[in-house]
Amino acid sequence: MKISLKLFASLAVHLPAEVRSRHRLELDVAPGATVLDVIQDQGIPAAQCAIVLVDGVWVAQADRATRELAEGEILAIWPPVAGG
Amino acid sequence: MAWTKNVLRVNLETGSCTTEPLNMTWAHDYLGQRGLATKYLVSEIDPKVEPLSPKNKLIFVTGPLTGTMAATGGRYSVVTKGPLTGAIACSNSGGYFGAELKFAGWDMVIFEGTSPKPVYLLITDGKAELVDASHLWGRTVWETEEAIKKQHQDPQIRVAAIGRAGENGVLYAAIVNDLHRAAGRSGVGAVMGSKNLKAVAVRGTRTDAYQVADPDAFFTAVDAGKKVLAGNGVTGQGLPTYGTQVLMNVINELGALPTRNHRDVQFEGAMAIGGEAMHEKRPTDGKANLVTNGACFGCTIACGRISRMDPGHFSVKDKPQYHGASGGVEYEAAWALGAANGVSDLEALTYANFLCNEDGFDPISFGATVGAAMELYDLGILTKEIVGFEIPFGSTEGMVKLAELTAKGEGFGREIGQGSKRLCAKYGKPELSMTVKGQEFPAYDGRGLQGMGLAYATSNRGACHLRGYMVSPEVLGIPVKMEPQATEGKPAMLKAFQDLTAVVDSSGLCLFTTFAWGLQDIQPQLQAACEGDWSEERLLLIGERIWNMEREFNLAAGLTGKDDNLPPRLLKEAAQTGPQKGAVSKLDVMLPEYYRVRGWTSEGVPTDETRVRLGG
Repeated sequence: MKISLKLFASLAVHLPAEVRSRHRLELDVAPGATVLDVIQDQGIPAAQCAIVLVDGVWVAQADRATRELAEGEILAIWPPVAGG
Repeated sequence: MAWTKNVLRVNLETGSCTTEPLNMTWAHDYLGQRGLATKYLVSEIDPKVEPLSPKNKLIFVTGPLTGTMAATGGRYSVVTKGPLTGAIACSNSGGYFGAELKFAGWDMVIFEGTSPKPVYLLITDGKAELVDASHLWGRTVWETEEAIKKQHQDPQIRVAAIGRAGENGVLYAAIVNDLHRAAGRSGVGAVMGSKNLKAVAVRGTRTDAYQVADPDAFFTAVDAGKKVLAGNGVTGQGLPTYGTQVLMNVINELGALPTRNHRDVQFEGAMAIGGEAMHEKRPTDGKANLVTNGACFGCTIACGRISRMDPGHFSVKDKPQYHGASGGVEYEAAWALGAANGVSDLEALTYANFLCNEDGFDPISFGATVGAAMELYDLGILTKEIVGFEIPFGSTEGMVKLAELTAKGEGFGREIGQGSKRLCAKYGKPELSMTVKGQEFPAYDGRGLQGMGLAYATSNRGACHLRGYMVSPEVLGIPVKMEPQATEGKPAMLKAFQDLTAVVDSSGLCLFTTFAWGLQDIQPQLQAACEGDWSEERLLLIGERIWNMEREFNLAAGLTGKDDNLPPRLLKEAAQTGPQKGAVSKLDVMLPEYYRVRGWTSEGVPTDETRVRLGG
């Protein structure tokens, strides 16, 4: 099953160097893979995942282990950031 | 006492500078900075005064924590009646100017009248005098600061000045201090220009002008506060590394990034102009746009962006004066100069931002007005003949030329300088102005973030993100996560944010501390610095009192509940892409509830009961 993983700000270091500036990695994951599965498989420190969106919709920390990803979805993650 | 208890009153008509004691009853009721200066203003001017007339006043004001060891304790505000909106205007700035004013022994400077000739105010500790500025009129902020320092042979003088935009009546002209920090919004620089006041220059060396009430308790509270900021992921790492600009991709992914005058809610060029892109090495010269981060006085966050342009970029190729490091784009500026127009050239945005700093105008209102102009051009209403060149959406050259013309007050830049409300009205399309009360929206779409829509509609100074930052709960989950499309609970949450923000804006602290600090972190610092009772409950009451005072001023100025509105585009034209697809603002659902939690009538007027409860 193909999904896209987007990592921003300091989390981009967990992407392969060749796609880092695009902040996006196309991934093949097992059917039923959850948000947390991808975070762990890619070696992203879970504690640093402050903003987690699937197709732009917020996934709360408590739901990350159960929110299954579907074909073509985009998982985007940021560390603690803010602006104004 | 953390106040100096001294107010400097400058009559520009007669040239007199007089000292008067700070009204300490008001200081206890309104704290300082935004609240205190607004109390002075509303007590001294007719609310219906023409903002650019001599009868309007202009107040520079610090807070009790300005110039102290409190983290970020360097803020000052400029308060006046705003020319862009006809409402209260209060713009907040960092840098070093505010602390210097306090070091010189002043809480506040009140300017009255209009000078018969260009002048600047020179403050050296307790001495204040108006100095002829005829030779500075027509010069930029940057030239003015350099000239004043040279003239007085003192590189440590701090200068807050207007550039040509303020002189030329750009209705969103800013007052810029320390070269690239600005009291940026609502046109406070235009009021300063209307008074023939070019700059305020301050040198403060006093160590006896003020002192915190309980030094031991203050050190303890300040130390604890700094530890919280350092340990927080946002204020300790995120903001110093990426600045506010890191939000560009967040808001775009969420589908709440207003694009091309709010026609769209996602920008295909967001990645190219966001915080991450500023770190990327350019293919042209192998260097990154971002040179380093920068901090204001006393700040332990250091969110400021210092950028250096590609010297080969078309906008600066033959202009070496822009090749050095200077203030780079923050999120709001990058959005307004970029996404709002469909422009995705980071170097061009940086150049336009330099011009905004150099000649003192608000990049948010400027960029948003360019977006409106580009839509008028797209519709065939504005033409190449009218503008002087082509300005389709996405035209980097068009945006850059308009920035240059607006800075200089030439050609079509004069129309851009009047803001989008007047521009769109003039060309028969008032509904295309993306404004509230005449002030342009910042970088969040009120359809995608329902609470921000309500915040814009009810902001006392016109559309603004810094009066009640509902992005915190709706996007960042601070202090709790609220769904962007939900309306329940948003009016009450917004009221809490607005009241707390009014407290922070009146203290001398930076609002960005509140990504990590709650009132429980701020209260001990104020309590230790200021004699008296500064309980959390009382501080929130002060915040609410300030909000209502601003509201009462606006009502007396002629605004009504009907002005708590959004453009028809946000109410009727649904978001077309992304997770918020199909959404329009549900302002009609939230506004009545907001009035209710505020203790206002259904017309948006504070009830007698609310007035009595708030006192002051």
